[in-house]
Amino acid sequence: MDAPKTKIYGLLAEFATPTEIVDAANHAREAGYTAMEAYSPFPVMDLHEAVGFKRTMLPTLAFFGGLTGFLTAFTLTTVTSGGAPSFVTPFIPDWFYYPLNIGGRPLNSWPAFIPPEFELTVLFASITSVFGMLLLNGYPRIYHPLFNVPRFSLVTSDRFFLCIEAKDSKFDLQGTKQFLEGLQPYEVSEVPE
Amino acid sequence: MATEVSKKGPDLRPDPQPPMVGGNHTFGTMTEKITDVIFAATPKGWIVGFAIAFMILQVLLVSLTYLIYEGIGIWGVNIPVGWGFDIVNFVWWIGIGHAGTLISAILLLFNQTWRTSINRFAEAMTLFAVACAGIYPLAHMGRPWFAYWLLPYPNTMQLWPQFRSPLEWDVFAVSTYFSVSLMYWYIGLVPDFASVRDRAPNQLLRMIYGILSLGWRGGSMHWHRYETAYLMLAGLSTPLVLSVHTIISFDFAVANLPGWHATIFPPYFVAGAVYSGFAMVINLAVPIRHFYGMKDFITDKHLDNMAKIMLATGLMVFYGYGVEAFMAYYSANEFERDLMMKNRVFGPYGYFYFALIFCNGLMPQVLWFQRVRSNEAALFVISLVVNVGMWLERFVILMSLQRDFLPSSWGQYSPTFWDISTYIGTFGLFLSLLFLFCRVLPMISIAEMKHLLPESHVHSHKDSHDHSDSAHGGSH
Repeated sequence: MDAPKTKIYGLLAEFATPTEIVDAANHAREAGYTAMEAYSPFPVMDLHEAVGFKRTMLPTLAFFGGLTGFLTAFTLTTVTSGGAPSFVTPFIPDWFYYPLNIGGRPLNSWPAFIPPEFELTVLFASITSVFGMLLLNGYPRIYHPLFNVPRFSLVTSDRFFLCIEAKDSKFDLQGTKQFLEGLQPYEVSEVPE
Repeated sequence: MATEVSKKGPDLRPDPQPPMVGGNHTFGTMTEKITDVIFAATPKGWIVGFAIAFMILQVLLVSLTYLIYEGIGIWGVNIPVGWGFDIVNFVWWIGIGHAGTLISAILLLFNQTWRTSINRFAEAMTLFAVACAGIYPLAHMGRPWFAYWLLPYPNTMQLWPQFRSPLEWDVFAVSTYFSVSLMYWYIGLVPDFASVRDRAPNQLLRMIYGILSLGWRGGSMHWHRYETAYLMLAGLSTPLVLSVHTIISFDFAVANLPGWHATIFPPYFVAGAVYSGFAMVINLAVPIRHFYGMKDFITDKHLDNMAKIMLATGLMVFYGYGVEAFMAYYSANEFERDLMMKNRVFGPYGYFYFALIFCNGLMPQVLWFQRVRSNEAALFVISLVVNVGMWLERFVILMSLQRDFLPSSWGQYSPTFWDISTYIGTFGLFLSLLFLFCRVLPMISIAEMKHLLPESHVHSHKDSHDHSDSAHGGSH
């Protein structure tokens, strides 16, 4: 194995169509590569499965986000309004206890608390999905080694890229390069770290 | 494998059949066409339009400054009409915003691919309309510097808001609506910011859009999580948008006032919101596609579809008017009947009621004709009339306040100069923001538009590996 002079992030192969990139990713996965990622201007069907990614935990996160939102609003409305059961009352701090007697109606007027509960459920679930998505994806990350390859800027227009990363145990500069060239890409380039 | 697309269910990926893109576009030309608007020299028409909008915005600033200086006595509100133009315009603006969410979320869930080219600016419209709406309740407080008292937070006064009040529900509903709409819009923009970054002609623009794009690279795992999040937001926004106008209608319906205390209010408000919102989308889409040459993307088919939705929601609203009148009669309650006939139809603002029936009920019936729906100019005018009609509707509903149970407490409302100038001023805010949006942001979703091209679909090869069927359970 030739030791590269500059540290290498990986090898990047460029393709022109969604079909080619999915085929290339499938081949690479079957050849035993694991540390790789395919890049495209828009979501390509099943491409994440072709590179060996199963499913995201995002919906589970969002569920718990929504649940947190509901419980927050439930506690907020019920406890501050004095609607909590009496055995809880001694444990409620003064600043969190503000019962309002409106015409002798029950303090625990739960139907009136549904709108805040609903809204906070939606709000927390949405925040969790958005920020969960960004964090799981590792964003914000303004700089990335891939941006060192000038042609990679076409990934947001009309080109598709497959990058086999140097950290892959099967990675070998010459061998992997030959493998990628066998997939008939438009071009294979080295990505400097 | 070609059938795979349709069995995937609601998704960013469209059905390949309807050709919703005109011209001979490729992925590259699509990116260019949309990003070039940002890099091109500022068009003269834009400068003129923005200058006018910005001047109108100053009317708002003057009105609000005077309002804060003098208090809400400068408005025409009084007792019994404690709410005037402020709630009429609040409800009107929020309603306009609802079409944006409907287009971006509900039509996405129903797999209506034609929404793709209009969703970005419809969402922008939502945000700006909600921003305009938000001004009114804050201004109406009289002491807007205490607006944060509406929020539930532990404070030294040991006070909490009244969670049973529809006005407090509004705080939750509108702030959630604005936050979720903003996130949805921004998330949709992220890949497009990356497209702008990668085509930016100079270092400064590359840095600005690079930061806005958060460094988006379009990796397949990123796209997968992105689509999942996008779809979940659509699913969350759908009940949210219905809840927002429902809660706003509770501001009225929970009150014990004749003409307001009706169960028809929530559905009828939501339909009215969508109705006026689509009218506003048409009012914006017609000039945008004209001046920016986007007729390949916002096609006649789009206008036709929107006109049909307008017709459908217009009929629902018209039905609502009928139910209101019928229930007033059928209740056999003299206050309800008097409110309907002596105040609403033949009262001081009776001519507004007839104008409303004309604008919202009768005139839009011309949309039944294909020839009208395919005529840009006619659609533009009809949409303007519908927006006027929807404003009249809220005004007419509000004027129920003039006459309640006791004639001794009757009153009369008429807007003052400052009521009107504040309303005109919010158009300045709305239009200024829209002009800026068209200038600096990709006004059509680039990544999503590419899905409308047949080239975006993966074709099967003899040597490709079909592992997709088993994996479908994993997509959300």
